Amino acid sequence: MLKKTITVLLLIALAGCQPAIPPEALELSPQTLEMRQMQTRYFDTKDEAMVLSASAALLQDMGFNIDESETKLGYILGTKDRDATDAGQIVGAVLVAALTGTVMPVDKSQKMRACIVTHPYGEQKDKIAVRVTFQRIVWNTQNQVSTKECLAQPEIYQEFFSKLSKSLFLEAQNI
Amino acid sequence: MTTRRNVFYWVVLLAVFLICGCATTQERLLDSDTSQVQLRSIQTRAFDTTDREKTLRTVMATLQDLGFVIDQADATLGTVTATKLNRYALRVTVSIRPRGETQTLVRVNCQYEDKPVTDPVPYQRFFTSLEKGMFLAAQQVD
Repeated sequence: MLKKTITVLLLIALAGCQPAIPPEALELSPQTLEMRQMQTRYFDTKDEAMVLSASAALLQDMGFNIDESETKLGYILGTKDRDATDAGQIVGAVLVAALTGTVMPVDKSQKMRACIVTHPYGEQKDKIAVRVTFQRIVWNTQNQVSTKECLAQPEIYQEFFSKLSKSLFLEAQNI
Repeated sequence: MTTRRNVFYWVVLLAVFLICGCATTQERLLDSDTSQVQLRSIQTRAFDTTDREKTLRTVMATLQDLGFVIDQADATLGTVTATKLNRYALRVTVSIRPRGETQTLVRVNCQYEDKPVTDPVPYQRFFTSLEKGMFLAAQQVD
């Protein structure tokens, strides 16, 4: 019994130690370039403000609220809160509950963040580069954070940029 | 019996250690255990440029390369704050200010989960990444 207590206390003591920041957290990785290409598109215009305005309109199209922006640096941040219920997870939780009688928490809600950064690109600075990055934080039914992640599926970015092209067209037409 | 008593002492000793390890609210609020001068030295580098906008834009591009989402940016004040979510949460604020006639100081402070980062190595790694975007060397400031 006492041995158990000591083990538990030791574990608590260890858990209290400063968690080490992963060494690769602030290092460029071999995947950096690939990610950058997936998250970036170039548009043939010199009008950065117009591209930003079309991007803000697109974020609104997708139900985001604009949290922060800085036109001088070509930057917009949008967030939205959405349901995070996953049918597969619920089936799993129900099965576990039926078999063992324990209630497993399932994902309930999430905050999704989209960050758009633009910058003039090319030797003559005659293009505007647009880079978008998405993140989400998921909370479960016990209000604990269950997922913190950057979204990296290529399909997300393809759809986003096809929508952005449309938004730029609408912006040019003043619609 | 003696082993039981020994074990009991160990438990008490451990408990005392645990209690001693806890910081007060004042210490947590003001990070009283860190040295200001030393902290600035590991968090700051000088770059040979006076272009504020380019520096800030490069900082933002580097942060995006590192997988951060920019939370806030201010060209006038010269600050950028960003968060990286990758099972862990890492939050950084980068601030820039001019140094003399030819240089710009870049300072970054990091928060990993709910702890400040005081180890110099992560900062070195960040500045190595930033150097590549700036095409300039990050110089240690004393």
